Amino acid sequence: MSGLRIMVPVKRVLDYTLKPRINKAQTDVDVNGLKHSMNPFDELSIEEAVRLRERKVPVDDILAFSAGPAKSQDVLRTAMAMGADRALHVVEEKVDLEPLGVAKLLAQVVKDEDRNLVILGKQSIDDDAGQTGQMLAGLLGWSQATQASKVEVEGDTVTVTKEVDGGVETVKSKLPMVITTDLRLNEPRYASLPNIMKAKKKPLVKKALEDYGIDLSKRLKTVKVTEPPVRKGGGKVENVDGLIGKLKELGAL
Amino acid sequence: MTMFSIARHTALRQARSTCLNAARPSLFQQSSLARLLSTLAILEQREGKLNPSSLAAVTAGKQVGGTITGLVAGSNIKAVAEEAAKVEGVEKIIYIENGAYDKGLPENYAPMVVENIKKGGFTHIFAGHSAFGKTLMPRVAALLDVQQISDIMAIEGENTFVRPIYAGNAILTVESTDKIKIVTLRGTSFPPASMEGGSAALEEGTDPKTEPSSEWLSEELQLSDRPELSTAEKVVSGGRGLKSKEEFDRLIPPLADAFGAAIGASRAAVDSGFADNSLQVGQTGKNVAPKLYLCAGISGAIQHLAGMKDSKVIAAINKNAEAPIFEVADVGLVADLFDAVPELTEKVKK
Repeated sequence: MSGLRIMVPVKRVLDYTLKPRINKAQTDVDVNGLKHSMNPFDELSIEEAVRLRERKVPVDDILAFSAGPAKSQDVLRTAMAMGADRALHVVEEKVDLEPLGVAKLLAQVVKDEDRNLVILGKQSIDDDAGQTGQMLAGLLGWSQATQASKVEVEGDTVTVTKEVDGGVETVKSKLPMVITTDLRLNEPRYASLPNIMKAKKKPLVKKALEDYGIDLSKRLKTVKVTEPPVRKGGGKVENVDGLIGKLKELGAL
Repeated sequence: MTMFSIARHTALRQARSTCLNAARPSLFQQSSLARLLSTLAILEQREGKLNPSSLAAVTAGKQVGGTITGLVAGSNIKAVAEEAAKVEGVEKIIYIENGAYDKGLPENYAPMVVENIKKGGFTHIFAGHSAFGKTLMPRVAALLDVQQISDIMAIEGENTFVRPIYAGNAILTVESTDKIKIVTLRGTSFPPASMEGGSAALEEGTDPKTEPSSEWLSEELQLSDRPELSTAEKVVSGGRGLKSKEEFDRLIPPLADAFGAAIGASRAAVDSGFADNSLQVGQTGKNVAPKLYLCAGISGAIQHLAGMKDSKVIAAINKNAEAPIFEVADVGLVADLFDAVPELTEKVKK
């Protein structure tokens, strides 16, 4: 058989170290001017795709994909610096895409680009929905393995160890399939300077949502975005006896 | 015969829901009168035992109002269905007897759930935001062309739900325009319904018998006598400050035993191999809201706080007085955990 034709969708999100600010009107999180990075789980996806190739699993090509504002190009360049061969960017400035819409878009790209393996992050750290991979698998009628901590490919058989409540479970599927990555899957590499330079020459194709003719109208309306209740620290104690005393006082012991 | 039993069930349901509503007026009774609301609660079972935490879906159904139906699937499922029929507030249990559903493989489980949703005309589908719910529900949602709402903390109306975003640093209230609401529930926000007091009717569900395209091979679960992390009343958690797996294993389990607590860990501790992945508390691990969350050697990164800041009492031991954990801790002790933890263990044991 021919090799893996991998697609890795990546999302540009507020950097994981930063705390989001909620706007005064309580309609949204204001992330303008704050540092953005590739969603951490998507770095794991790229890394895994590149490692499959390095493990001599036949890989025809690795396509990085992102839908979002022009600045998403940066994360696609990062993906290529990490080892993706080319990138596809659906440029969309205004519409905040929902997982179902993204999954529909991805399903179309999978068909256009004749993919047989899609590796996605298990969730994006902004919306925290954790839906896109499963939705994509459902739309395509493909197998899915979520929260992968180990992926083995042999011919067209894929064995995936998944993180589940209380431990791990292992499932086996045949290509084509969708995998979502968990933190334990690998340790993403840093893009080296020469690779960053090389990535600038790799092909990056831009398209518009309209090119796909998919109805991506939003299903969810934001009513409001608010601050979580603030917790106030109760102060410090001097020693272990003080700790025990305070726990008793609070009824926790 | 069939007609008769449907009629009888309907009459029974009406009578029963009247009683229920009288006893426990729904938050949204007005709207439930305007439109028939009906919840399908996806219940988890494992080797013939109902997973009690999945009964949060019944609790959510009660908050929406209208009728509540439970769904269970697997081999020898009748016994699980009978157990589920006793759950308070459930009017009907749909059961699907087929060993192909035992492991909850989403490739065949999702189409089966979809068939039963279509047949039952449910308005709300609830499941826990557990590994099972997370893997299954988005697939169900895609098959029904619905935008799912994940990990909700509260229900504000039949269309309106509250959920955390950005690792719990913002709270989003969202209104769904989809006809069917597909929703997963944050376990710490929805207590499981009581397993007593109900007398639901049993009904065989639709089984499309889709072949699973994945094969379940094996599992490795951490077995322990300790309380389960996400539902424990007390949690003792360790972080990178423990320095090694040996020190984690030497200090944290005895402390947890002294408190009768479950063991948790920070992502840093898990990534460094000190503790098993399944113990991770935080944005990408488990959410806990115990009566006491006691942590040692955890600095309190926002991703960690996302998973534990709803705990009733937070206690922290850390040698860095500036650690962000002290900003949320009800009681903080600035000390070397290698001295403080053994001392605390000894004194609490007494």
